Amino acid sequence: MTRKSRSNSARISRRAFSAGIGAAGLAAGIAPFNIARAQGGPLKVGVLLPRSGFEAGIGQDCQRGVDIAAPILKSLGLPELAIVNGDTESSVETARSRAAQMISDSAQLLIGAFDSGQTTAIAQVAEQNGIPLVINIAAAPEITDQGYKFVFRNFPTAKMILGDAFENQKQVFNLVGTAPKTVVFMHVNDTFGTAMSKGINFVMPKFNMPYTIADEIAYDPAARDLSVEVAKAKASNPDALLLVSRLNDAMLITRELVKQRWTPQAILSMGPGWYEDQYLKTLGKLSDGPLSFVPWYDPNKPLSKKLEAALAVAYPGINLNTNHVFTFEALLVAADAYKRAGSADPKALADAIRATNITDNVSIGPGIQFDATGQNTKVKDGAVQNRDGKVVVISPPSAANAKPEWPLTSYQSRT
Amino acid sequence: VPFDVYLNVAVAGLLTGLVYGLMALGLSVIFGVVRVVNFAHGEMMSIAMYLAVVLFSGFHLDPLIMLVPIAAVMFVFGYALQAGLINPFITRPEHSQFLLLVALAIIIVNVLLIIFGPDARTVQTSYAYDSFQLGHLIVDASKLYAGAAAILFAGLLFVFFRYTLVGKSVRACADNYTGALVVGLNVNRLYALTFGIGAACVGAAGVMMTLIVDVTPIIGPTYTLLAFVIVITGGLGSMLGALVGGVLIGLTEAFAGLLFTPSAKSMFAFGILVLVLLFRPQGILGRRTA
Repeated sequence: MTRKSRSNSARISRRAFSAGIGAAGLAAGIAPFNIARAQGGPLKVGVLLPRSGFEAGIGQDCQRGVDIAAPILKSLGLPELAIVNGDTESSVETARSRAAQMISDSAQLLIGAFDSGQTTAIAQVAEQNGIPLVINIAAAPEITDQGYKFVFRNFPTAKMILGDAFENQKQVFNLVGTAPKTVVFMHVNDTFGTAMSKGINFVMPKFNMPYTIADEIAYDPAARDLSVEVAKAKASNPDALLLVSRLNDAMLITRELVKQRWTPQAILSMGPGWYEDQYLKTLGKLSDGPLSFVPWYDPNKPLSKKLEAALAVAYPGINLNTNHVFTFEALLVAADAYKRAGSADPKALADAIRATNITDNVSIGPGIQFDATGQNTKVKDGAVQNRDGKVVVISPPSAANAKPEWPLTSYQSRT
Repeated sequence: VPFDVYLNVAVAGLLTGLVYGLMALGLSVIFGVVRVVNFAHGEMMSIAMYLAVVLFSGFHLDPLIMLVPIAAVMFVFGYALQAGLINPFITRPEHSQFLLLVALAIIIVNVLLIIFGPDARTVQTSYAYDSFQLGHLIVDASKLYAGAAAILFAGLLFVFFRYTLVGKSVRACADNYTGALVVGLNVNRLYALTFGIGAACVGAAGVMMTLIVDVTPIIGPTYTLLAFVIVITGGLGSMLGALVGGVLIGLTEAFAGLLFTPSAKSMFAFGILVLVLLFRPQGILGRRTA
């Protein structure tokens, strides 16, 4: 009797329990959001990167830019950011669903996602939900050509990369007093590679380049073996290789160049891969020589020195590169806008990002400002070259810290 | 395109195809005898690849020297897997077997991801960048060694199945399950042995593959799919068919890249598969079943 009575008095009905849990969940879900807005707490920033899948190496490299950001942003007097990490798994569909999930988990701003295809999907989700997206790295022009109001890109478009690349190539050719007459253009067939391939036909004629394209070879970025592609390029007997690559394929191409006993005059890359830390470390002395015409950092800027120092402490032996710099700058844009907006309201944040005018930055160029489409038109590319496991800046002259070496040292003499 | 380029591409395609063939041989052997489709085949290969990478980076043991020991380890793994996990599923519906092996594949990928991280790993042997030049023909040394080892391994397997008592018993199981039971063969043990041999094949192929490609945890599913394409093209259950299918797919991929566009290599490989399914559903060397 007694036991029954106690049981009855203590019992909570299933409905009441469910209602309680629901209310608690609702309170837990909403409360931090309200507190953040009311008390000016950290801005909840979702960072979407390809942390696994075939782009994982670069995605994890971008993450290093996030890892070293907090103390530097604090030293600049900027508010704290609460970072939530997300993995696109190098897949467009996963990028889309993770972005939607982050927004439903109350992310107030998104950053990402290195890959143009994945970033396009995230941009659609961000725009539909009215949440600002600051793109760290992605070059397909279409992303900021859609008339989006919540999408901002502090990275050059494919057209800008090509224009700057041709300008910097001519600068390098002038410095070394020679130039290739023919090139074979090898590129990945993903969104970025295809955008670059389309753009090259429009942009190249305007620059009166000294070379012609003897052949164009598109390949799968997840390819396991590029021996046929390199054999095909070699058969055209070009002076140089013009490339738009990723990391794994850059390593595969280099290995095939060695095995097929072919050293072109120059490797002219207009994308990632060839300057990545993993490329330098995996290939050792075989990594020396390729020239990359890419968005880069100005080693002479004060904030670059801070970033270099922070990276050296957090990741000894890792060279500062585009992945760290532009991911860090995306956070810089977010923190700067949050400070000026004084609120996490998405529209106020978007308006503040649109009014960004950061001159104390890291990347080459006068600073960070966005036009009406959300594109930073001030950002400039550089020409960099691998030297003894480091990456030096060759051009533009304002950012240069070394002179170019030309031609490539024979691969056979290095093995 | 000069003739020597065709020759170089043909040799590279042939050598890579032989390694593909050995990998697919494991799948074919398992299916031919145990009648279980190993959906974790490529993932098992990635285990062997990581073993080769770890032994090389930790102890500087050359993958070609470690070929037999790693194949032996994979044999034990396969034997234990069949005896402990897969055997109870032999008589269950095919979808149960499918789910079990897909689950196993996902577990392998994620365990490798946890242990090794997502970065590509490679084996930098002393001959990693060597090539042999015969006139205009340049042959990648790693591919040549891998292709030769694949032929040797496959040859040993043929001898085992044709001339040894255990090999004949395994073939008896494959030909007539009930008959094998009637004459007193220990079918469960022979199934486990067969699965072990299939795992050893894929293990050996994986070790050789480390000489040709970088290894990442997510490489497995790609090779599982490739093994299916090869085995179905060559003839499911046919050992020689697996080798022929491997060479055919290797050559198709190579020439599709050279003559058309490299980004369409897989399309041509799958095109061959579709043609085979349309005009010779049992595969090139497969036997027609009722």
